[in-house]
Amino acid sequence: MLVAITSTCDTLDALVNEKFGRCQYFLIVDPYTMKFEAVPNPAEQAQGGAGPKAAEVIINKGVNVLLTGHVGDKAEQALKTGNIKVVDGLSGNVKVKDALNNYLSNLKRD
Amino acid sequence: MVISIASGKGGTGKTTVACGLASVINESVYIDCDVEEPNGHLLLKPGILKEEPSYKLIPKINYESCDFCNKCAEVCEFNALLNLKSEIYLIDELCHSCGACTYFCPQKAITEANKENGKIRIGETSNNILFYDAYLKVGEASAAPLIKKVKNAYKGNKTVIIDSPPGTSCSMLESVKDSDFCVLVTESTPFGFNDLKLAINVLRQIKIPYGIVINKYDENYYLLDEYIQKNKLNLLLKIPFRMDIAESYSKGELLTETIKDYRIMMLELLEKIKTEIVEKEYV
Repeated sequence: MLVAITSTCDTLDALVNEKFGRCQYFLIVDPYTMKFEAVPNPAEQAQGGAGPKAAEVIINKGVNVLLTGHVGDKAEQALKTGNIKVVDGLSGNVKVKDALNNYLSNLKRD
Repeated sequence: MVISIASGKGGTGKTTVACGLASVINESVYIDCDVEEPNGHLLLKPGILKEEPSYKLIPKINYESCDFCNKCAEVCEFNALLNLKSEIYLIDELCHSCGACTYFCPQKAITEANKENGKIRIGETSNNILFYDAYLKVGEASAAPLIKKVKNAYKGNKTVIIDSPPGTSCSMLESVKDSDFCVLVTESTPFGFNDLKLAINVLRQIKIPYGIVINKYDENYYLLDEYIQKNKLNLLLKIPFRMDIAESYSKGELLTETIKDYRIMMLELLEKIKTEIVEKEYV
């Protein structure tokens, strides 16, 4: 399983970015090994269609779950096509690490 | 003769001036190109004779020849095509029908198909103004294809008044680009002034002659007058900021019918525009 988190910087200690399409980085983490890859978002400065473009990037990276604050309509359609589970509603004042741990511990409880 | 009415800023009174002009011309055609929020019908009150769907072209991918080379997604300036490696995913609301993907596809795997993007309405008012407007479908990101359609819906040689959408982007360009003359409506505020400068820049680049109408004119705001004088711009008309005009407008009345001197102002404006166009043609 791969989890992508929208982030403001390229480390796990960075703060979460609430915006999906216009975030600076996607941190793509393998929760079993905690190894991660920081992918800069090519759509950050896009004129339009940033959300779908960002979706394309993480779909092609083989991500299964996305943790973010908010996903727009068009991006949501695209993510659905790519079979990515979206967990939204994260707030921008938590660290990526904490958001990830929180998600994983919730998973274990279920 | 095609006269377009534009302004950088929304809410300056484009529609009021456009409807006013249309109503003082014999046998005119009014085309509302503000397809995102058309409001000319509120003032002109036309009887709608026909309503027809409008279509735009969107790419259609033939997966038998597509090899997911990513070229189409690469050339799409609007991020409407996503290469998901197992599928080329199209977000048709974002497509501007530019045709780049079809043109550049190395496998020739893309053809173009029709998709409904709005409705065009055709009508006529009680004083013989032919009326055209269009409604963009909710969720559509690009207005330009529909504007092109509604502009080309009228074929003939009557005087055409084009009511352009606000701003200085694609939609405004699409609306004004084939006109003989453009009337820029502005207002006596810093916002109106700033956006006027932007709009003038656009018109200079596409080489369309223009003149300025100051709506809601306020002599206390001297920067605008100064700028117009200094740059020797073509000031056509000043419409005063008056209570009776505002009142009549807020009731949705056609000002040329309810306020006498407004009608005279519009006639004067029309005369000035006519001389401008003639001058241009004989130069």
